[in-house]
Amino acid sequence: MSELNDLYQSVILDHNKRPRNRRRMPNATRAATGDNPTCGDHCTVYLRLEGDRIAEITFEGAGCAISQASASLMTTLLKEKTAAEAAATFETFATIVKTGRAPEEFCEMAAFAGVHAFPARIKCATLAWHAALDALRKETLETLNSRNPETLTP
Amino acid sequence: MSDTFAHIRLDFPALHQQVGAKPLVYLDNAATTHKPRAVIDTLTRYYEHDNSNVHRGLHALSMRATDGYEAARARAATFINAAAPSEIVFTRGTTESINLVAQSWGTANLRPGDTVLITEMEHHSNLVPWQLITQRTGATLRHVPVAGENAEHGLDLDALDRLLTPTVKLFAFTHISNTLGVINPVADLCARARKAGALTLIDAAQSIGHEPIDVRALGCDFLAFSGHKMAGPTGIGVLYGRRELLDTMPPWQGGGGMINTVEYTGSTWKPSPERFEAGTPNVADAIGLRAAMDYLDGLGRPAIAAHDTALAARCHEALRALPGIRILGPLDSVQRGGTVSFAFKDVHAHDIVTLADQDGIALRGGHHCNQPLMKKLGLPSTTRASFYVYNTPEEIDKLTASLRRILKFFT
Repeated sequence: MSELNDLYQSVILDHNKRPRNRRRMPNATRAATGDNPTCGDHCTVYLRLEGDRIAEITFEGAGCAISQASASLMTTLLKEKTAAEAAATFETFATIVKTGRAPEEFCEMAAFAGVHAFPARIKCATLAWHAALDALRKETLETLNSRNPETLTP
Repeated sequence: MSDTFAHIRLDFPALHQQVGAKPLVYLDNAATTHKPRAVIDTLTRYYEHDNSNVHRGLHALSMRATDGYEAARARAATFINAAAPSEIVFTRGTTESINLVAQSWGTANLRPGDTVLITEMEHHSNLVPWQLITQRTGATLRHVPVAGENAEHGLDLDALDRLLTPTVKLFAFTHISNTLGVINPVADLCARARKAGALTLIDAAQSIGHEPIDVRALGCDFLAFSGHKMAGPTGIGVLYGRRELLDTMPPWQGGGGMINTVEYTGSTWKPSPERFEAGTPNVADAIGLRAAMDYLDGLGRPAIAAHDTALAARCHEALRALPGIRILGPLDSVQRGGTVSFAFKDVHAHDIVTLADQDGIALRGGHHCNQPLMKKLGLPSTTRASFYVYNTPEEIDKLTASLRRILKFFT
């Protein structure tokens, strides 16, 4: 299964096995949920903003190793970032998973370069990121709750 | 068991390929089966020699195409022992067949206070059409529960009898569950419904290619199936309906082929089955479906059923030994079709499917178009292995070995 080491890099396996910041955040100021209807995967991202900065970020959800590891790594990367910086980080990540080309300087996101060879899995890798950007853009916790309370209790 | 069909793999061209530098092990037959050379050649022959539109042409090719199409209808009738070819409506597949009944029969017959009864194990195709029509007509949709924490006890028949009240106008259920692999006691279900005064619809998508089906012995009013899950082409399926029911049902799509006379202000309809086949039908694939039916009967459907059940039993036994596995569906192989669905606590189905694919093994992972049942069982997804005539015991050994490697990879 050597080809698979390209997809399931040790960084991914590690984040999948020991996800960082995987918990509900009771004092979140923003939250948004992303769904992959074809997979049945879902991911809710919670943010606590202080001014324009992400003071705290957590996630909850169920899905494959790629989606869970991506969500976990994302929370470590977006903390302390502004909305604009978060969007730029996502652009880098999206380029890596879509093209397989990683930036020259070291970054943990490069572990996801192997995803590009598995086009069906790109949406797994980006699920949590889209939820985070959604939360930064427009969603408030209140609107999320009124829309679908179940998404908060997976 | 494999001896029965020892040379059968030679009939299926697509099986002879490498995936990930390994020989293909195709275990996604509940999604679609491969096609034998006999079916592929029939399609080619039709397009190379007979291709023409049906029913309205007077030239030689049109007459040949019409003869082929109607012969396919007659063959479908004998395949399920319908009383007459006119009880066979060609559709795009099981989903369209069920939607046809929901839209046509449902619009004409459902009123507020009426109930449509289905089960908790229905594929979305036998659930969503009933949600749409009951919401539109004001009727109520109810579900017969599935029993057991892994659904191992199948349908709760005591609950069924309680739910079969006089308000139930139709009971629709699957013959073999695509998620659980359980074979439902369909003749008994039809008898209980009939006694309660309800019509019945059987979703035979997962059973039609695997075992003999006799609609008159089962006593059903409607039966739906697809060609592509029984070695036939995609895009063709059948709705069987009892003649006296089909003839009272209004059209559901309008156009050429389904009318007697057309005026600017109104039209009159042909009787069934033409009434339900507006527009140019799928002539080629109907003829291809006939070739698939001939092929399966050449093998013998009882033998196919025995083969698939034996493979599923072997798979069930092999998988039970894997650590942390949860297998859905019946424990007794007599109640199981050729499908085994399973889940591991710490490894997601999509990771299993991706990793098994690297070993050349085609599986399916996900909710199997059965989201409410998955939610009830507390599972985000399962992995499914499903078998057909060309699968072998050696392929199950490969699956088991691959799963062991995958589990090790994730621990």
